[in-house]
Amino acid sequence: MTTTALPAPPRERRRGHRSHRSHYPLWFYLPAGAVYGVLFIVPTVASFYFAFTRWNMSGTEFIGLENFALFFSEPYLFQGLVNTFVYGLLTSGLKVVLGMLLAVFLTSQIIARGYLRSVVFFPTLVSTVGVGITFTVLLDPGDGLVNQALAAVGIAGPGWLTDPDLALISVAFVDVWKGVGLATLIYIAGVVAIPQEYFEAAEVDGASGFQRLRHITLPLLRPATATVIVLSLIGGLRSFDLIWAMTQGGPGFTSDVVASVIFKQYQAGFWGLSSAGNVVLFLLVAALMVPLYWKLNRKEVER
Amino acid sequence: MLTTPLRRAAAGAAALAAGLATLTGCSTGGGDEGTLNILIDNSEATGQLMQALADAYTEAHPDVEIELELRPGGSEGDNIVKTRLQTGDMPDLFFYNSGSLLQALAPDQTLVDLAGESYMDAVTDTFKDGVRAGDALYGVPVGHAVGGGVLYDLAAYEELGLEVPTTWDAFMANNRAILDAGNAAPVIQTYGTESAWTSQLFILADNYNVLAAEPDWAEAYTANEAHFADTPAAAAGFEHLQEVAEAGYLNEDFASLTYAEGLAALAAGEGVHYPMLTTALTEIEATDPEALDGVGFFALPGTDPANAGLTTWLPGGLYLPQSNEDPGPAQDFLAFVASTEGCDAQTAGASVIGPYFIDGCTVPEDVPPAVAQLQTYFDAGLTAPALEFLSPVKGPALEQITVEVGSGIRSAADAAALYDEDVKKQAQQLGLEGW
Repeated sequence: MTTTALPAPPRERRRGHRSHRSHYPLWFYLPAGAVYGVLFIVPTVASFYFAFTRWNMSGTEFIGLENFALFFSEPYLFQGLVNTFVYGLLTSGLKVVLGMLLAVFLTSQIIARGYLRSVVFFPTLVSTVGVGITFTVLLDPGDGLVNQALAAVGIAGPGWLTDPDLALISVAFVDVWKGVGLATLIYIAGVVAIPQEYFEAAEVDGASGFQRLRHITLPLLRPATATVIVLSLIGGLRSFDLIWAMTQGGPGFTSDVVASVIFKQYQAGFWGLSSAGNVVLFLLVAALMVPLYWKLNRKEVER
Repeated sequence: MLTTPLRRAAAGAAALAAGLATLTGCSTGGGDEGTLNILIDNSEATGQLMQALADAYTEAHPDVEIELELRPGGSEGDNIVKTRLQTGDMPDLFFYNSGSLLQALAPDQTLVDLAGESYMDAVTDTFKDGVRAGDALYGVPVGHAVGGGVLYDLAAYEELGLEVPTTWDAFMANNRAILDAGNAAPVIQTYGTESAWTSQLFILADNYNVLAAEPDWAEAYTANEAHFADTPAAAAGFEHLQEVAEAGYLNEDFASLTYAEGLAALAAGEGVHYPMLTTALTEIEATDPEALDGVGFFALPGTDPANAGLTTWLPGGLYLPQSNEDPGPAQDFLAFVASTEGCDAQTAGASVIGPYFIDGCTVPEDVPPAVAQLQTYFDAGLTAPALEFLSPVKGPALEQITVEVGSGIRSAADAAALYDEDVKKQAQQLGLEGW
């Protein structure tokens, strides 16, 4: 798959009047440059070329924009696009809200704070496919632990991963469970960095706990929020591994996202078509993230 | 952001490691002295057959060692085979489907033509048609003829006094009787993890009936002149699946049940009909040998009771990749597989589930009931190949489409039209004329 890395943030350029002179001799950069070129730049350029070809076992044939036309006429691609946005926004939003609340909780004076922090972070360390397989078992409509627990209290649980309306949402929740630890960590760093004086001053002024959260913590967490949104939205938009491990885009096409549609084209041997899909995904993520990143960072600078 | 360069470095390291692994894979993959490496799929049936062949061959040739390397099945497996062929990383031999899936490997550029080998004379013409491209022949059959139809619970049929149906209406009447009896689900469907492919049987195994109504179907379909949506006999498969689902004949847990669990449900009498390939008999025997005596088989019924015939699949074959630089030992093994010694070895080491495709090979008298029922279709000459052996055009998304029909997400007519769009991509990819 094409790497969907962000272009360098524009503010680096604006700060440019700092010394242009590099601190190291040029050859020092060569190894890293060579690795970067061979592993990232060349494949990215190559994938742009192959996106315009019909590529099969016997070679490539240049067919212009036909792959893009075909990709956009995929009947399930539109569904996949909608699903991608739903998935990206849902996971990103929940990670922001839950991550912030957990961070505020985990920076307060509570018992076993260090332990609780590591527990929240732990799912982030586990392999995504492992998490996917585990939750597939847990969410089985008949024998799964979740529905058995629900049955014990008299609720008939739905088919979390087999109900066409629920499958995508269920996977998104698992993604949040797995990813919220990282968001929490970033927020904890943000909360800890807020100077205590602000809180003391607010206390003198008689601000309530909620007012302190609303008017001190939240605004000063903006840089952390920007980071969490950017990271989790990029992750959500190009997410693939968890969805593939849990539903393979099913039942039918109902939980397909752009990345899984692309992967299926690749599996079927339509290499040119899947390259075109990757180019589309790359442009899509870039078109969304560059302005967002720019906007979030500018606000940060203005403050 | 500190994490970005770190992550890139990590990704780079991972890619580098993967690259190194491939390189080392290359150097061990090919011509080790005296060792034949064979890539096979991880199904029980293929494993049994290939192990039996390998054991018998190494017994006769003690200086040769055979190593079987497993790969996943389904589209993931197709992907692995294509990638390894393309990168020249294929072992000495590999096992793969015949028919349209073989054609998608561009055999004239990746595989060695076996037409001139004397051992190919013993291979029957029926199989040769499935591994032919132009004048070239590429594969040697491993395994038995396979039928696509309905596996059913013999005990339930006896208990309810049902007859083997020869028309679709009779099949639906049987389903109604089973549902009314209330002991078991009339039709098992399994759309769970990695089992979506099982949903295609209603369409794929209906090809005998399509050909009975439209004898030129396969040619017209390949030439882009006939399609599933505008050929009523072909669209019937999609409609049948929808009818069965809408009538409430499916097992309740169809959405999450897996293939293996579906076979277990059939053996346990929880479901009565399971549309499936007869290769499933090997799986049943491997997990629960005694259950095999309780399972029967009939062809997917159509409209004409006098012409109730069977859609058949050719078994997969062994292929010799052009990347094999020392094909001598591999050729010798292929000659063994294509001989009566080869099929005797298969009979001795694996379950016999149908006739062989090698002249002079015989099937033992004592076979399970489903195999005997399968044999009657061959004896009566009421068989026709599945579409994938008559046309190279097979769309990759059929299994998702049929899951949608069976789950009530998409209507049969819509599904047939969508599948017609899906096959178009494959036809264009193959560079066929008229698309």
